[in-house]
Amino acid sequence: MTNTNCNEMTQKYYRVDRMPHIWCPGCGHGTLMNTVVRAIDKVGLNKDDVVVVSGIGCSSRAPGYMDFNTLHTTHGRALAFATGIKMANPKLHVIVIMGDGDSSAIGGNHLIHAARRNIDITTIVFNNNIYGMTGGQFSPTTPYGDFATTAPFGNIDKAFDLCSLAQGAGATYVGRGTAYHAPLMQKLIEKGLENKGFSFIEGLSLCPTYYGRKNKKGNAFKMHSYFKDNCVDIKVVEKNPEKGENKILIGEFYNSPKTEYTEGYQVIIDKFQK
Amino acid sequence: MAEKSLLQNKDWCKGCGVCVGFCPKQVLVIENEKCVIAYPEKCIFCGQCELRCPDNAIYIVGGTKDE
Ligand SMILES: Cc1ncc(C[n+]2csc(CCOP(=O)(O)OP(=O)(O)O)c2C)c(N)n1
Ligand code: SF4
Ligand code: SF4
Ligand code: SF4
Ligand SMILES: [Mg+2]
Repeated sequence: MTNTNCNEMTQKYYRVDRMPHIWCPGCGHGTLMNTVVRAIDKVGLNKDDVVVVSGIGCSSRAPGYMDFNTLHTTHGRALAFATGIKMANPKLHVIVIMGDGDSSAIGGNHLIHAARRNIDITTIVFNNNIYGMTGGQFSPTTPYGDFATTAPFGNIDKAFDLCSLAQGAGATYVGRGTAYHAPLMQKLIEKGLENKGFSFIEGLSLCPTYYGRKNKKGNAFKMHSYFKDNCVDIKVVEKNPEKGENKILIGEFYNSPKTEYTEGYQVIIDKFQK
Repeated sequence: MAEKSLLQNKDWCKGCGVCVGFCPKQVLVIENEKCVIAYPEKCIFCGQCELRCPDNAIYIVGGTKDE
């Protein structure tokens, strides 16, 4: 039976017969998924022209609930599949949703090369600083010194700054929001969708079940409040650098369009079709 | 203008308490691991609960779009 006891946006863009979703109570992924859907709605994309691709992980379950063309692929490989889709049909709006482990551990190489090519894919990472799905192992974004099931005495690896990584590799639109900063997150995704090139938007998420519990971060509301109190927009820091001390930077970091990959490829095709 | 009202989907609610924490008017409480709209008369329809609920389980209907 179809459940229509929800708002219009949910009825229009979700597979309501598959809900409630599997995520734990308070998981930030649900709030972030809604920011993606609202951004698609705001930009006014036709549902049939949108493809949402994911890898494996709690975050990668998102497309299963989203009523677009969707593809749930293998761990770390979402961008490889997405690249194939975009090359085969450049008219499609391709969106990739990945976890921090998915995008920067097993899938790190796909990420840097997709960014380097500047292929028109909007990539959104739900970064909860942990491998949620497999039980709380540390990931490349687990902060130094934090705890995980595989770091019972504290993590000795240094964390990636995913936005710097993507920008350094060639992404032409880069920004960071959080599950708490849902309106900012939506805006960044809208601009990422409008950028003709590789857009990378990191959404800081919260995993109360593993990362939160291992690191005594409190319940989901407390974890949201942490983002509220500890994030500062880059625009503020540019004017007052001292306001950025010991804070997490959020906002639009980079926006500098360059030649897009499928357009470059079309130029080659045209040469041979003359 | 249609009256606004606050609705919920108890089948989807997981009782996480995020909405309760963000409601500026203490309209909501958690009872038996579900959100309950305990004081609907105090609701100012600010939309905080709907914006932050990870489970799309609470929402406002009525009113015009730009309100
Ligand atoms: C090739 C392969 N290696 C390992 C796994 C096991 N695995 C599944 S999800 C996952 C990591 C999930 O972490 P993340 O990408 O951060 O997503 P989250 O669950 O935190 O949202 C791993 C290691 C797998 N499914 N396939
Ligand atoms: S394990 Fe963590 S990331 Fe996975 S659904 Fe639960 S709270 Fe969310
Ligand atoms: S935020 Fe949503 S799921 Fe959590 S208690 Fe409130 S209505 Fe229920
Ligand atoms: S709309 Fe605002 S006032 Fe009303 S219940 Fe939700 S958070 Fe509270
Ligand atoms: Mg993760």
